Amino acid sequence: MLGRLTWAAIPFDQPLPLYAMGVVLLVILAVLAIVTVRGWWPYLWREWLTSVDHKRIGVMYVALGLVMLLRGYSDAIMMRSQQAIAVGSAQGYLPPDHYDQIFSAHGTIMIFLVAMPLVIGLMNFAVPLQLGVRDVAFPVMNSISFWLTAAGALLINVSLVIGNFARTGWMAYPPLSELAFSPDVGVDYYLWSLQISGVGTLMTGINFVTTILKLRCPGMTYMRMPVFCWTALAASMLIVAAFPVLTATFAMLLLDRYLGMHFFTNDAGGNQMMYVNLFWAWGHPEVYILILPCFGVFSEVAATFSGKGLFSYRSMVWATLGICVLSFMVWLHHFFTMGAGANVNAFFGIMSAIIAVPTGAKVFNWLFTLFRGRIVFRTPVLFLIGFMVTFVIGGLTGVLLAVPPVDFVLHNSTFLVAHFHNVIIGGVVFGALAGYNYWFPKAFGFTLHDGWGKASFWCWLIGFYLAFMPLYVLGLMGMTRRLEHIPDASWQPLLLVAEVGALVIFLGILCQIIQLYASIRTRAARRDLTGDPWNGRTLEWSTPSPPPAYNFAVLPRVETIDAFAEIKRRGVAAAPEPAYEPIEMPRNSPTGFILSFFAVVLGFAAIWHIWWIVILCALAMAVTVMAFGWSDFRHHEISPGEIARLERARLAGLPS
Amino acid sequence: MLNPQGPIATAERLLLFNATAIMLVVVVPVILATLGFAWWYRASNPRAGRVADEGYEGRIEFVVWSIPALIVILLGGVIWIGSHQLDPRAPIAAKPKPLPVEVVALDWKWLFICPEQGIAAVNQLVIPVATPIEFRLTSATVMNSFFVPQLGSQIYTMGGMTTHLNLLADQPGEYPGFSANFSGDGFARMRFVAKAVAAGEFDAWVKAASQTGPVLDAAAYAQLAQPSEAVPPMTYRSVAPNLFERIIEQTTSGAAAIPRTSPHAAAGNADPGAGAAWCPPVKTGG
Repeated sequence: MLGRLTWAAIPFDQPLPLYAMGVVLLVILAVLAIVTVRGWWPYLWREWLTSVDHKRIGVMYVALGLVMLLRGYSDAIMMRSQQAIAVGSAQGYLPPDHYDQIFSAHGTIMIFLVAMPLVIGLMNFAVPLQLGVRDVAFPVMNSISFWLTAAGALLINVSLVIGNFARTGWMAYPPLSELAFSPDVGVDYYLWSLQISGVGTLMTGINFVTTILKLRCPGMTYMRMPVFCWTALAASMLIVAAFPVLTATFAMLLLDRYLGMHFFTNDAGGNQMMYVNLFWAWGHPEVYILILPCFGVFSEVAATFSGKGLFSYRSMVWATLGICVLSFMVWLHHFFTMGAGANVNAFFGIMSAIIAVPTGAKVFNWLFTLFRGRIVFRTPVLFLIGFMVTFVIGGLTGVLLAVPPVDFVLHNSTFLVAHFHNVIIGGVVFGALAGYNYWFPKAFGFTLHDGWGKASFWCWLIGFYLAFMPLYVLGLMGMTRRLEHIPDASWQPLLLVAEVGALVIFLGILCQIIQLYASIRTRAARRDLTGDPWNGRTLEWSTPSPPPAYNFAVLPRVETIDAFAEIKRRGVAAAPEPAYEPIEMPRNSPTGFILSFFAVVLGFAAIWHIWWIVILCALAMAVTVMAFGWSDFRHHEISPGEIARLERARLAGLPS
Repeated sequence: MLNPQGPIATAERLLLFNATAIMLVVVVPVILATLGFAWWYRASNPRAGRVADEGYEGRIEFVVWSIPALIVILLGGVIWIGSHQLDPRAPIAAKPKPLPVEVVALDWKWLFICPEQGIAAVNQLVIPVATPIEFRLTSATVMNSFFVPQLGSQIYTMGGMTTHLNLLADQPGEYPGFSANFSGDGFARMRFVAKAVAAGEFDAWVKAASQTGPVLDAAAYAQLAQPSEAVPPMTYRSVAPNLFERIIEQTTSGAAAIPRTSPHAAAGNADPGAGAAWCPPVKTGG
């Protein structure tokens, strides 16, 4: 009846995950109780859970990413603590079986459920506004994308209490991830969570490629698009090209595990290196899916806060597209040590180094954007400067690892760990936090507290250097990654420094939470009525904060890049009451929420081999999609009178 | 790797230093310029010269692309030459005849076979100094990576596949070795010592090893292949012929796969595989 699911799946003998989950469950129940008692359900359902508004979906993505950051961080601090104390004869507090789950979950969650939602959230929020349009191409699909990502996040967290997570590392290399070596449900949790959220991500990619190619306001030619839109386009094209590879690879591993096939097994003609190749054929573009939009954020931040246009927009665009193409030609550098010939290794090494050319050009362009600018030091600028300094170090170590013989001695060492945290924290996290601070006032109509934002930045920056510079050194000293026990006592001092660094990063996260809380408390004082708190240059700042559901009462007409800066420069005032035209907007739809509910149950049932539930959920999902497909009730029209009323109400709130 | 004890490791360290130096030529000025520009052009500095907009400046643009391009051209040469010179397959040019050693990664220990000497050792690699060692490597289980940092390059060991690695130790000494690719619960303790000794000492060790210890036949191998952790070093006085090839055959045929059991009772439903029945009887003694 319940497949492999029995009471034994709940780890009553392991207090740590049970306590952790108990706390999480209490928090969730408390939140649900508050929502119920205050009667917020109808509001939540109407305005958020069923919303197809790209701005709301963007906010939910970012919120998901920040919540999952807490989970990913708790894994990180547990790992750092284990490595700091489990030296020599000390065994630490985590058995290998538990430690292995923690580092696997840390990587999986940080990449798929923190970095991706943060980046996609910013894209969702900002791209349609920057393009001067009213929504993405497929609003309901956008909602489905988000809820599928949330479904994957939920499913991964279920593995904390029911069963266990993968003990294979976040890449789940076979044959370790095959049934013969991982007979428990851990890898199944990994695969089903990522399959579900991966479908969501693919749909996001399709949605944004279509939106950017087909929906732009009048006059916005490609070379007038803000750079963030270009990077979002590049990232979306990479998603469309790379995520199907991941889905297919995971599907093959699922077939191996569920139907006894032999794609990647040791025996019967399976080839484990096929998985490794395919995984990184997705995996390397994935890092550019994350970093390119963050480059876009930094470009916007550099231009806005320097008070001048981005230096050499054109070369930024070409650099972005160049990276986009090159990112598919370097995957083998993740496994130079598999024993390929010298020509193969040299080719992929050189291709990897070539990516440093457009990336280097970008760094110089940001530098020249700051040059002779008027730099206003708000929180996003600190993240920009911190990024530029930190990222070039990460780039340097990355190019070092692209030299195959150097990689032969540093592969899988903590040097590698330090390198990719250097670019992911220094690039993606700093970028996401810069974007969060930059666009928050647009989303909510009030600015974030700058002092706490800066405190958060300094903690992140100092914490990063304390946590990861020791790992560079340890890697050079021969420390490999994923050790649950440290064999060499002379490594301990550096591991303790790294532990302190991780704690400082926690202070950074704490400052962010305080920043959000303090800003909400004082929102009346920090309300921004202009819609343009930073003297922005792109169209999102031309509309009120928060923007109305339809974004623009009248679609803007664009004649240059940095369209809003140009409008302000020429002093073109909008007509006091333009002739509004009716606006057709998509209706909210519960399709995404319902589909994802069934997706979670389906994934869970598949993990535990409860086939009748799998079949029922699959049918329910098909019915949900068809019900939406047959509905004619998808749009509603906002009449000119209604728009005029809303706009007048907004103008009445403005100081004259 | 900062304390290399062989030509490969030494060359790799030199390459690391060279490549770092080449890049620091650009990276250090960029970091300084970032901090300098950010400080000087702060909004509150009345002495800084400003321009409202300079969208594009061809000469600067040329420099912007040329600098990283030049660095990468230089590094490209370094990569091409380095990859060929330090190819793990490339034999090391040195006087003495190379010593072949076969390496098998097991759960969670290392089996080293000296085919010419007809002996084997677990978690202990004894090699003569100044002699090129030709490793052939495979795995009877999941993927691992064979790595002795002070001697140089690591290489994956993969089930059903053979990889090749050539290393050489310049100085006698004991160098830690381990798996550099996560392979499961016993991974952190999957360590061995690579002991480089003088040629005479090596011969003495071979002689001693071939007179004591058990025989590595089918039964002994099946026993050894069972998962175990932190196995103390030991030697076998003789080895079944072509054991390395047979382990590869056995891995690809799945004949003696030893499924791991899970510590999670709920799902641990795998039953240990049967022992190997493929090995011919071992000839022992001289």
